[in-house]
Amino acid sequence: MQKTVNNKAWLLVIPVFICVAFSALIPLMTVVNYSVQDILGPDQRVFVGTEWFLQVLQDDDLHAALIRQIEFSAIVLLIEIPLGIALALTLPTGGWRASLCLVLLALPLLIPWNVVGTIWQIFGRGDIGLAGYLVNALGLNYNYTASPIDAWITVVVMDIWHWTPLVVLLCFAGLRAIPDAYYQAARIDGASPWAVFRYIQLPKLRGVLLIAILLRFMGSFMIYTEPFVLTGGGPGNSTTFLSQYLTTLAVGQFDVGPAAAFSIIYFLIILLLSFIFYTVIQNLGKGPAS
Amino acid sequence: MRKRSFALILYFLFILLPIYWMVNMGLKTNEEILGSFTLFPHAPTIANFRTIFTDPDWYTGYLNSIAYVSMNTVFSVLVALPAAYAFSRYSFLGDKHMFFWLLTNLMSPPAVFLLPFFQLYSSIGLFDTYLAVALAHMLFNVPLAVWILEGFMSGVPREIDETAYIDGYSFPRFFLRIFLPLIRSGVGVTAFFCFMFSWVELLLARTLTSVDAKPIAATMTRTVSAAGMDWGVLAAAGVVTIIPGALVIWFVRNYIAKGFALGRV
Repeated sequence: MQKTVNNKAWLLVIPVFICVAFSALIPLMTVVNYSVQDILGPDQRVFVGTEWFLQVLQDDDLHAALIRQIEFSAIVLLIEIPLGIALALTLPTGGWRASLCLVLLALPLLIPWNVVGTIWQIFGRGDIGLAGYLVNALGLNYNYTASPIDAWITVVVMDIWHWTPLVVLLCFAGLRAIPDAYYQAARIDGASPWAVFRYIQLPKLRGVLLIAILLRFMGSFMIYTEPFVLTGGGPGNSTTFLSQYLTTLAVGQFDVGPAAAFSIIYFLIILLLSFIFYTVIQNLGKGPAS
Repeated sequence: MRKRSFALILYFLFILLPIYWMVNMGLKTNEEILGSFTLFPHAPTIANFRTIFTDPDWYTGYLNSIAYVSMNTVFSVLVALPAAYAFSRYSFLGDKHMFFWLLTNLMSPPAVFLLPFFQLYSSIGLFDTYLAVALAHMLFNVPLAVWILEGFMSGVPREIDETAYIDGYSFPRFFLRIFLPLIRSGVGVTAFFCFMFSWVELLLARTLTSVDAKPIAATMTRTVSAAGMDWGVLAAAGVVTIIPGALVIWFVRNYIAKGFALGRV
């Protein structure tokens, strides 16, 4: 049914607009301001144009952090999305078992992010943590504070632990929304489980998968608190991701100009990649397969 | 089938073991934690939890968190309700752009906003108040609330609105008496999500507070760096931060899946 055209509806949207604009537009304008000025003192500002942008574009540490960030997001998405779909298909479909599973699944999502870091900090330690102790007992030399590879593995496993439940919940909800008639038709046709998945469940999950992929991409690309608590970006720079590098730049070294310029680039990267994901997944669904 | 339940059990072990380990450590003394490796506390003690509930540093942090999270949840749902109604019922000038702009706020890394936020809230005198954190968290909670509520509202047939208007209901009366009860579960789910995202966020909360409104999560990071590693108390504090979330999720357990499915992109 067509929606009624009514421009007075804006009156209902205005409170939201004001609230969000206050917290979004004003800081954003401040950031833009910083990015083109050199602030020497409270009243001394020099317009420097694109100097900061050029500077951060040539920053090697920044490139390294960006590459690490892309690798991390790619790994996390490639593991969490298929794992989430698989688990959603295995979950019980009704009764108290389903309720229990959902509540347990949601637990990691409700833990403050720095506590997530703390949990894994403790859990992974070789002397007092269960995981670290067991892995070492197996004869592997594991120490996430000294070895970059171990640190990487720990951060990735932590993220999988933390965020796969979100993908599972989304897919579970999407699966519940498929009408029974589809499955009955598939049974009459004698479709194999794989065919049911490929031609019924997967196309129907497209909507929620889009949300899941976008949320996970944005979340992993902006990750800060968990690795900060867990590894502090180390050993060396091996787990310093973009947000953390940015914060060091802005707060630690107080290089406001470059940090602001970098923030804008960062935001544009996220926007661009989100848009690409969105378009690609939307168009996949329009193909002959569905 | 058996293989499937086995995989599920394995996954739930993976989810629960780290949490169990933290609970386990919260119930131990530091001597036991560092002295010997034990799978369960041999001399269980609630001393760590007592520290948290008697030391003002800890429990005020806890109360602060609850205060700003509740404020944020109430505000977000209140402003999102009319907007979600507008998006679900009417088309108006620039509605699609507005909706997309709201969603882009979920994509801006909080790290970008830290310094300007600090300056903005300092300059209007809100620094270190609950209101500051509640307002700052609305940046990502309001778009989310509008998104989820819009999904629920679109599920209510429009004939109900029209019938109510023909019966002589004014808009506010219709909204409060007829429409809100219809989307009660939607409001519940939305409140849950606002609560959750405000509760887990630390970066903005820590930047905008120093003493009076400091969240418990920030107390955790600072205590660690100042007084060395008091693992027992740290683990106990972690356990305490999980409790509110676990309570809230118990109340909305039947609607969680529904809340995730709705909403458009």
